[in-house]
Amino acid sequence: MHTFSYVKAGSIKEAGDLLAANSDAKLLAGGMTLIPTLKARLAQPSHLIDIGGLPELSGIDAKDGKLTIGAATRHVEVSRSAVVKKAIPALAYLASQIGDPQVRNRGTIGGSLANNDPAADYPSAALSLNATIVTNKREIAADDYFQGLFSTALDAGEMIVKIVFPVPAKAAYEKFPHPASGYAMAGAFVSQSGKDVRVAITGAGPGVFRWKDAEAALGKKLAAASVEGLSVDAADLNEDMHGTKEYRANLAKVMTKRAVAKLAAPAAAAKSKGK
Amino acid sequence: MAKVELKINGKQHSFDVEDRTLLVNLIRDHAQLTGTHVGCDTSQCGACTIHMNGMAVKSCTVLAGQANGADITTIEGMAKDGKLHPVQQAFTECHALQCGFCTPGMIMAVSGFLKDNPKPTDDEIYHGLEGNLCRCTGYINIVKAVKQAAKAMSK
Ligand SMILES: Cc1cc2nc3c(=O)[nH]c(=O)nc-3n(C[C@H](O)[C@H](O)[C@H](O)COP(=O)(O)OP(=O)(O)OC[C@H]3O[C@@H](n4cnc5c(N)ncnc54)[C@H](O)[C@@H]3O)c2cc1C
Ligand code: FES
Ligand code: FES
Repeated sequence: MHTFSYVKAGSIKEAGDLLAANSDAKLLAGGMTLIPTLKARLAQPSHLIDIGGLPELSGIDAKDGKLTIGAATRHVEVSRSAVVKKAIPALAYLASQIGDPQVRNRGTIGGSLANNDPAADYPSAALSLNATIVTNKREIAADDYFQGLFSTALDAGEMIVKIVFPVPAKAAYEKFPHPASGYAMAGAFVSQSGKDVRVAITGAGPGVFRWKDAEAALGKKLAAASVEGLSVDAADLNEDMHGTKEYRANLAKVMTKRAVAKLAAPAAAAKSKGK
Repeated sequence: MAKVELKINGKQHSFDVEDRTLLVNLIRDHAQLTGTHVGCDTSQCGACTIHMNGMAVKSCTVLAGQANGADITTIEGMAKDGKLHPVQQAFTECHALQCGFCTPGMIMAVSGFLKDNPKPTDDEIYHGLEGNLCRCTGYINIVKAVKQAAKAMSK
């Protein structure tokens, strides 16, 4: 690792001031992405500003049809939270499928959304549920926030403070994990509120995206059969040693169908998976 | 340089280390507890797993500074009064190790998740061990040991 100065921030304000004063500083939350990056010498920040333990940035709260999660809330807390399980059980399930227990004990929702790995899980939930990303400067709608491969609407020096999820009538997440890394080869988060159905696909493309043809078809009839005749456009998808574009397009569709089946009959879908 | 004060296996320590020091290096090089291993550069193998404030974490992916004030348990702190921890005992009896390189991390991960889930199913054991790799691939006996430990600990 290159050298850097480690600073523990005492408040959101202090972290923001430190970021503003040091153009090469970086925030450190769970460190589950940033520390491996530093070890590989792929980044050379001057300062690491640790916001991982800030009580102001942590916590889960549900009221008035909204679920609010602090940016430094760890995956393990979201996966076990009774409040999340009641409001948006699919989100607790998603968190329980991230990486491995040690990663979930450290990694945070804010770090995941700031990093915007094309195969990360949380971006699909934020986009499908039309979440609002609240920063130390403004509020950003999920539709404007995700900008492709590892890029977001965050400005340099901007910090995510919390994420506000509107509570849907129903939601479900299904991913096909890469057997070695656990990251999504393709994952689909499907949510429904009234006539509005939103389908967000992660893992398959260079960044999370909405599958709008499926949304329209599922808006008419919320059943796996509704997407049967549709296909995800493979042209812009990822291709590597693990799978072709066409394979990922098909996986995205299969994950969408499974998520819809789970959403329509959660108990039956769980049973058929043997869990 | 940073001053890091933390408890390791019940004993208070204070170290002056470079800001970029990883917790695993503090444990191995400064506290000289070499039971915690380093098996990869990519945070994937879990050989470095320890407990930080009671939770299993990969000490190669935590900065020493982040652990300031923490209560750390390493594999050396598991046996009490000359008696192996039930997970250590089960690993021994079930022949759940071959070369033994992954074993300290496995034991720390297993004792971590048994606290949250004292009666895991096979699927839950696989899910709980996703962060630990055994290069000797002795997973069958590892899973057997987890079940035996769970039984012993529920008594
Ligand atoms: C072995 C392994 C397996 C994994 N598997 C998965 C998986 O299956 N699915 C998945 O989704 N993820 C996976 N991850 C990634 C994990 O979820 C990380 O926790 C997450 O991507 C980053 O969160 P963090 O808190 O650790 O962020 P850090 O590593 O601390 O930071 C990541 C980036 O975000 C920035 N940042 C952090 N917090 C904020 C904030 N509040 N505001 C603005 N910027 C911020 C940092 O400056 C840095 O650039 C895995 C990681 C590992 C090591
Ligand atoms: S050495 Fe820590 S995960 Fe491999
Ligand atoms: S026993 Fe050799 S690596 Fe697991």
